[in-house]
Amino acid sequence: MTTLTAPPARVAGRPRHPDRPTWEEPPTVAGQGAKGLTLGAVVVLILLPLYCVVLTSFSTPGAINRAGGLVIVPDGLTLDAYTTMLRDETVRRALLVTSGITLVGTAVSMAVSVLCAYGLSRARSLGHRFLLLVLVVTMFVNGGLIPTFLVVNGLGGFGKYWALILPSAVSVFNILVLRSFYSGTASELIDAARMDGANEWRILWSVVLPTSRAVTAVISLFYAVGYWNTFFNAMLYLPADSQKWPLQMVLYEYVNRGMNMPGQVNSGYGVAGHSQTAPLSLQMAVVVLTLLPVTVVFPFMQKHFAKGMLTGAIKG
Amino acid sequence: MASTVAEQGEEEQGEDQERVGGPRRPARVGRRARVGRRARAGSAAGRGGNRLTWRIRLRRDKSLILMTLPAIGLLLVFNYLPMVGTVTAFQFYDPLDGIRGSEWAGFANFRQLFGDPLFWHAMENTLYISAVQLLLFFPIPILLALLLNSVLNSRVRSVIQAITFLPHFYSWVLVVTLFQQMLGGAGLLNHFLREHQLGTWDVMTDPHTFALLVTSQVVWKDAGWGIIVFLAALSAIDQNLYEAAASDGAGRWRRMWHITLPGMRSVIVLMLVLRLGNTLSVGFEQLLIQRYAVGHDAADVLDTFSYYYGIGTQNYSYGAAAGIFKSVISLLLIWGANKLAHRFGEDGLYRK
Repeated sequence: MTTLTAPPARVAGRPRHPDRPTWEEPPTVAGQGAKGLTLGAVVVLILLPLYCVVLTSFSTPGAINRAGGLVIVPDGLTLDAYTTMLRDETVRRALLVTSGITLVGTAVSMAVSVLCAYGLSRARSLGHRFLLLVLVVTMFVNGGLIPTFLVVNGLGGFGKYWALILPSAVSVFNILVLRSFYSGTASELIDAARMDGANEWRILWSVVLPTSRAVTAVISLFYAVGYWNTFFNAMLYLPADSQKWPLQMVLYEYVNRGMNMPGQVNSGYGVAGHSQTAPLSLQMAVVVLTLLPVTVVFPFMQKHFAKGMLTGAIKG
Repeated sequence: MASTVAEQGEEEQGEDQERVGGPRRPARVGRRARVGRRARAGSAAGRGGNRLTWRIRLRRDKSLILMTLPAIGLLLVFNYLPMVGTVTAFQFYDPLDGIRGSEWAGFANFRQLFGDPLFWHAMENTLYISAVQLLLFFPIPILLALLLNSVLNSRVRSVIQAITFLPHFYSWVLVVTLFQQMLGGAGLLNHFLREHQLGTWDVMTDPHTFALLVTSQVVWKDAGWGIIVFLAALSAIDQNLYEAAASDGAGRWRRMWHITLPGMRSVIVLMLVLRLGNTLSVGFEQLLIQRYAVGHDAADVLDTFSYYYGIGTQNYSYGAAAGIFKSVISLLLIWGANKLAHRFGEDGLYRK
């Protein structure tokens, strides 16, 4: 924040980003102050809940008692919540289920999307306009919740893991993004490969994919985050069997709704007794477990996002 | 950022192709192909070209077509088949009899739906929450993008941008849980209020302020996403314009009014069209998760209505009828919003 209120007469850091153009009037103190305060407030509003949750998950029961809820100032730290959580059968199972769904789902989605995007990216190929139309229509028209549910059930998806993957495996949005990058791949490269006798599969694998790593990474992460966050499909297709629940379902039932964790002592699973709710630190540990992968992966996503943007700008 | 922009371009392109090459207006395709695109004649699924080129093209492109088939297949099964499945709305659907065996109902489900006070209440909630979001959520990313754009230090700017973007990738369960811990009965806010003898206010279960709560959750989660879109629009504005205006004596606010806002106009209109088109979708998962806390009176919207009264009670046809009603109105809204955009001389989602 200090740089925001730095004096306007600062020397330009990098030539491409002069700190302030010469023609611009110097900032007022009030304006700079208001700007700093607003942006500071935004940052605090986003980070404060995350900070409190993480801190509480590491706090001792005593510290939580003294704070009367979420802990803001560190006061006795322990790893107990995490050791308890990782011993809990339901959480371990859910972690396994969610990881599996994320890995398999991302692999399926990427395979399908990359192939489709490349197949549609060659200008003037036969039928690509019609196929594109088939894709785009689904962005505006859909059968709705219940007919989709009936179709998946009719195919025997109830209680099966594939019901969490296949119905949402294709994101037309993502395919269109990939396609626009593939269309931008230098046609000289592709023509050269074709001259050397490479077929389309070979061109995709050895020419197009290696030159578009950044966008591939970003789209994979988009898909992965989507699968990691799977919640409603689990509620629809795997409602009864807590053994099959993904992590978001566990978070919903045991933290959001305050149900008792089955792995806990005096397990009264299924009883909506708030008196038997798991201790706060344990609940917060589950929250941290759910948000951790997304948060850790995010900087990479951010980096590739910027890189992909750069490539797009150069190509455009 | 690029992907968003690229996507917009693509969407327009796709729409454009729908307009030019789609099956709805074959006459126009023929004319266009004859006039300007002789080289492309026959590109629209082989229409208009002669047989020989069609066959040669098929031989040449068969692996490309093959590549699209897995995705097309999944879409056919999980998107197009359900579209066919919407006929259940006109039946008394029984899972045991299936679509073929179920008894036809005509418009009975719709008549029941339109006479159902719960349905109209859900409709009312939907429109209310949507209006609140349009007023209070829509401008925030624009304002924050303007603010962020004026921060000179690029490091500070990118760090703040990253922080605001982060919650976009959290699930709704997570976001609602965090809000519960902050604003709920046992949360941080109420702990603070109790300590200072200010009474308590359980925001999570207060039906009167529910629309505001829902909107603030959307702001927390998705403002960063909007910021990225609007920052992209801002970076596309020619910087020389500012210098020229400044040397002509235009101050900070005049430059914003005459250069920045017109420069963002088409993106703002595009986002507005999308927002208006989604008027009837106000966060399905988000509301579903909070329904038990705040009660169905405040939290039932069209989507949750068709879930609870369709799947919850196994009255599938009834829920499907509510779903169809929503889809039809949504399409009309997109169409209408686009008309409005065209009125203002903007492209909107697709060109005229």
